[in-house]
Amino acid sequence: MSSTTRIVTCIVCPEGCKVSVSTDGDTITAVSGHGCRRGLGYARQEAVAPMRTLTTSVRVSGGVLSLVSVKTSAPVPRERLLDIMTCVRRCCLSAPVSQGQVVLTNVLELGVDLVATRSVERGSPATVHEPPHGG
Amino acid sequence: MKSDYDLIIIGGGPAGLAAAVGAVENGVHDILIIERERFLGGILNQCIHTGFGLREFGEELTGPEYAQRFEDRVLQAGISCLVDAMVLDVTRDKHVVVISPVHGRLEFTARAIVLAMGCRERTRGALMVAGTRPAGVMTAGTAQRLMNLEGYLPGQNIVILGSGDIGLIMARRFTLEGANVSAVLEVMPYSTGLTRNVVQCLNDYGIPLMLSHTVTSVHGAKRVSGVTVSEVDIGRNPLPGTEQDIACDTLITSVGLIPENELSRRAGVELDLATGGAIVNQRLETSVPGVFACGNVLQVHDLVDNVSEEARHAGANAADLIAGRLAPKQRTIRVIPGRGIRYVVPQYVDVHEADEHTVLSMRPDDVFRQATVEVVADGRDVPLARFRRRHLTPGEMVTVNVDSAVFRTCAQYVSVRVV
Repeated sequence: MSSTTRIVTCIVCPEGCKVSVSTDGDTITAVSGHGCRRGLGYARQEAVAPMRTLTTSVRVSGGVLSLVSVKTSAPVPRERLLDIMTCVRRCCLSAPVSQGQVVLTNVLELGVDLVATRSVERGSPATVHEPPHGG
Repeated sequence: MKSDYDLIIIGGGPAGLAAAVGAVENGVHDILIIERERFLGGILNQCIHTGFGLREFGEELTGPEYAQRFEDRVLQAGISCLVDAMVLDVTRDKHVVVISPVHGRLEFTARAIVLAMGCRERTRGALMVAGTRPAGVMTAGTAQRLMNLEGYLPGQNIVILGSGDIGLIMARRFTLEGANVSAVLEVMPYSTGLTRNVVQCLNDYGIPLMLSHTVTSVHGAKRVSGVTVSEVDIGRNPLPGTEQDIACDTLITSVGLIPENELSRRAGVELDLATGGAIVNQRLETSVPGVFACGNVLQVHDLVDNVSEEARHAGANAADLIAGRLAPKQRTIRVIPGRGIRYVVPQYVDVHEADEHTVLSMRPDDVFRQATVEVVADGRDVPLARFRRRHLTPGEMVTVNVDSAVFRTCAQYVSVRVV
């Protein structure tokens, strides 16, 4: 079996330790460079199977906004993010949408749902586009 | 419509909502929140990514979810909210003039006011980038609003100037929506955004972060066709011979935020040149008695959780003032930024016997490792309080909790320094 070493930038705290993780197939053989125990756990997960929560938006018709923000109900494998986006792009909802409402069930058989993170009431979007007020 | 309130809060974003919650918790319920957008929640509405609420709620929420929690508490408390209404004027005697497409011109008076107007982005104009003036140059926040609230993709081939958090977040957002992000440029030799965002927004998608680089020219007639980027020296001056052209149709800027204090100035509030916000005491009361400031209009924060905490404090103090519970001050101590510190908020402390501790928030002016933040009184050498920090960076605000006894032993001023 061949051994590989990856450098993971830790995101647990602002320190940003560069953690070196060696793997042999699916087995972690050595970890070094971490500054704390939480960093060790993060680096082990990140080196083998990085997971991310996806947030994006879905079209809405007949609402006070033309989009509703959504997220995956749990982190998903990082390499599937763009596949999920392809699936989300085809989706369209009708107002009203309520916060927590399941938009897509068991997305791509990954065992997570796509849920709305805000409510959108029935109505029409503003016609005047004002500049945003800040960051 | 009623025209007299105990407390008027200008701005219904995270600061305004938390200030209202703080005032209600301290017994004041006669409150009006004035918000110029159609929705409460402010900038959180377009911050659809996660990372909010770890401190405030102990869980990771998206911006809209975080806003909803505060909005629910405000609405449950029966607080009046006037949305789609723009404040035109605030006076020293707490008179507020408002314009609204539904109600026309309105006037209100209050016993106390909380300023919670937030901040806005620096623009290309403030950077003075050379070149043509085509369409396709916009701030990261404008792109974020177009993409997350209004449903427009502002471009296909993107260059981002500035590694602030909004710029990094938008690099990921553009990529997920099918656009190509060529590079993120940062004039400083380090990222000004959080490490988490560099990893999850750039590294995850193979987007290069070009440190010590800036845009020196914008090309294009009607629409951006490309930019010239150059490496810069330590003094941030472009180095001749390092120029390279990158083709793009959109230049996104994420180069800093400016507290929005036009109304504060009209009210006669004194401002701090370093923060761009009001000069306040530890109660977050400005130089105009009964007018408080909190959130990004006071100082630009990194985390909304810190905004909520600061704003709740401002709201609670406004309630104490309205109820006549604020203890009379004995004397005033100035708080001055010393070595390694760019600014400290509050800028002065009114000494009261009753105070147990005072929170000082500040930004360092450089990166420090294994540093100690010291509070020193009246130019003496022995520090009265010391706080160890493993890592200080200008990109992250530092807060320390100082025993108020320190200020009672002090005659005129304290300075805060990094050693």
